[in-house]
Amino acid sequence: MSGKIAISVEGLGKAYRIGMEEQRHETFVGACAAFLRSPFKNFREVRGLGNFDGAEDASDIIWALKDVSFEVKHGEAVGIIGRNGAGKSTLLKILSRITEPTRGRAEIHGRVASLLEVGTGFHPDLTGRENVYLNGTILGMKKSEVDAKFDQIVDFSGVEKFMDTPVKRYSSGMRVRLAFSVAAHLEPEILIVDEVLAVGDAEFQKKCLGKMENAASQGRTVLFVSHNMEAVLTLCGRGVILNDGGVSFIGDAPEAVHRYQHASLGPAENGQSHVIWAGPPSNGKYSVDKLEVLDLDGRPKRGLQTWDDVRFRIHYTAPEDLKAGSAILEIRDYRDTRLAVMDSGLALPLKAGSHFVDCVVPRLPLAAGDYFIGLGLALSNAQWLWRNANAGIIVVGGRDVFASGRPPVHSRMLFAVPHQWSASPTR
Amino acid sequence: MLIIEPKGGLKFFGWKECVEYRDLLYFMVLRDVTVLYKQTILGIAWALLSPLFSVVVFSVIFGGMLHVPSEGVPYAVFTAAGMLPWNYFAQSLTGATNSLIQGTNLFTKVYFPRVFIPLVPVFSKLVDFAISFLILAVLMLWYHIAPSWNAIFLPLLLAMMMLTSAGFGMFLSALAIQYRDIRHAMNFVIQALMYAAPVVWPVTKVPVAARLWYGFYPMAGVIEGFRAALLNTGPMPWDLIAAGFVTAAGSFLLGGLYFRRTERLFADVA
Repeated sequence: MSGKIAISVEGLGKAYRIGMEEQRHETFVGACAAFLRSPFKNFREVRGLGNFDGAEDASDIIWALKDVSFEVKHGEAVGIIGRNGAGKSTLLKILSRITEPTRGRAEIHGRVASLLEVGTGFHPDLTGRENVYLNGTILGMKKSEVDAKFDQIVDFSGVEKFMDTPVKRYSSGMRVRLAFSVAAHLEPEILIVDEVLAVGDAEFQKKCLGKMENAASQGRTVLFVSHNMEAVLTLCGRGVILNDGGVSFIGDAPEAVHRYQHASLGPAENGQSHVIWAGPPSNGKYSVDKLEVLDLDGRPKRGLQTWDDVRFRIHYTAPEDLKAGSAILEIRDYRDTRLAVMDSGLALPLKAGSHFVDCVVPRLPLAAGDYFIGLGLALSNAQWLWRNANAGIIVVGGRDVFASGRPPVHSRMLFAVPHQWSASPTR
Repeated sequence: MLIIEPKGGLKFFGWKECVEYRDLLYFMVLRDVTVLYKQTILGIAWALLSPLFSVVVFSVIFGGMLHVPSEGVPYAVFTAAGMLPWNYFAQSLTGATNSLIQGTNLFTKVYFPRVFIPLVPVFSKLVDFAISFLILAVLMLWYHIAPSWNAIFLPLLLAMMMLTSAGFGMFLSALAIQYRDIRHAMNFVIQALMYAAPVVWPVTKVPVAARLWYGFYPMAGVIEGFRAALLNTGPMPWDLIAAGFVTAAGSFLLGGLYFRRTERLFADVA
């Protein structure tokens, strides 16, 4: 079987029309006229959503995917990685026939099942049994196939006692387990999976990974989209990096993961703004208005790298002085593990008005990779005054801090801890 | 081999694929039927109560107070025989029209023949339709009315209704997913259509010269056909039925083509 092509993608492109700029009307008459015309304008707008004739470079069109080509051989597991908005989901949607490409073509040889979500079609009022059949057939199984696998599905899910209970009485964990269990018993030749693994607890995620590893080792073709670099490394032999709608690298998975985590960062090529978060103006309530990443001298810092000295500047607004209030900065990884919490604490109570506080981190010990930043203002009894757990992402670029020829990368370690080795004194 | 590329041109939906996925259609219909009356006290009895209510109201107002003629049978049976097919048509058409909007979370997540979505109500409402026949049966027993031999043509009338609501359902659902106005307009369009159909009045009220044209409204032939077959009000109105069938088949064909043409955009505009 090896050598035969399972999926081939040629010059695939997908355009979306984004909202057109609103016109503003200065006068009442103008506004009235616009109101009367609006049905026509709306009609053109809505109609335009699917119409791209002769609109090659129109300003309101974005190409979510442009000229993507690659091939996947039978029995291969390929990971697709890329930043948010790089076009991963669009690619999957096209390959699972949910949406049509604007141009280009893809060929898929073999029976395909795509999992963009677990539990599609689950209805809360139906029993577990009814939902298994509904979900199974939606995923492309025949009734006879579901019949044949029903006992296995129920076994694997571990909710056999509740098969005749409406799903709405299930805990969310039970629901996900049942849903995944149905999906896991599909036997397609080609499996297309989107971060299904992002759901459920750690144990369940392990189970999912195991099941997918099985699929891959049984010679099925797997196309896997994920932010989880570890999962990509375990599952996939090859990796495709999508960047800004195009393919920027195809090759061995470790190489792809490595490149992805670095390419993120040579200081210059990183276009990331030094403003990680900027919120709407608060109306006299507690809020964080902006988070900037600066260097020690207070200049905007781009191209952050391992062991850089960083100054996080949190701009906040507070309606009154608050002795027990503090600003909080969190760093989490892609698995939502909280790596660090920095609390301005009693050292710097919140002051009335708009101010900023700086949090200086000398020698940022993070390995190269993407990290999620959470922001908040809180009382000392851990009560939030304002919070955004996902304020933004900082991208840390690799630097060979240990002079080992291998810069510390997220897939190998989270922290690059400054350290020294010494040997026992020789006599 | 599966080829994915931008498609243009006119195509009817793929029969082969629909046959392959027929089990899914079955479970989707089953889901629609079971879910409707779950967690209600009266359960399926609601399928009787709502048409019964209309029959009573119409009998009092149009039969009792306005003395609308009823082709020689008691007004209650007359209007019930029109009400039942009408209810099915109205429910399946409204259901089909709103189906895509409500089914967004299905077709943006997984591929299956999209055309099932508007077709599900066309099948699932048949259950209510069958149950509501009890009302007519009781009324016919009460007034000692026996059906005529023409009752063997009922499946034909049923097919005509199903084709019409499937056809318009496919068309309107595809339109409604892009232009949400359809959904709001549906409420009063359905009401207008009811008074346009011979539900509360006999088709003899239509001028003879306009009768054939009126027949192109399929519910005219269906309702008059039901009355002729079940209440023996006269010969089968084949002229109305023939004209109605033209509309039914035409709408199914055009609705199918339009649906097929626009379905590639559903996930993008939903």
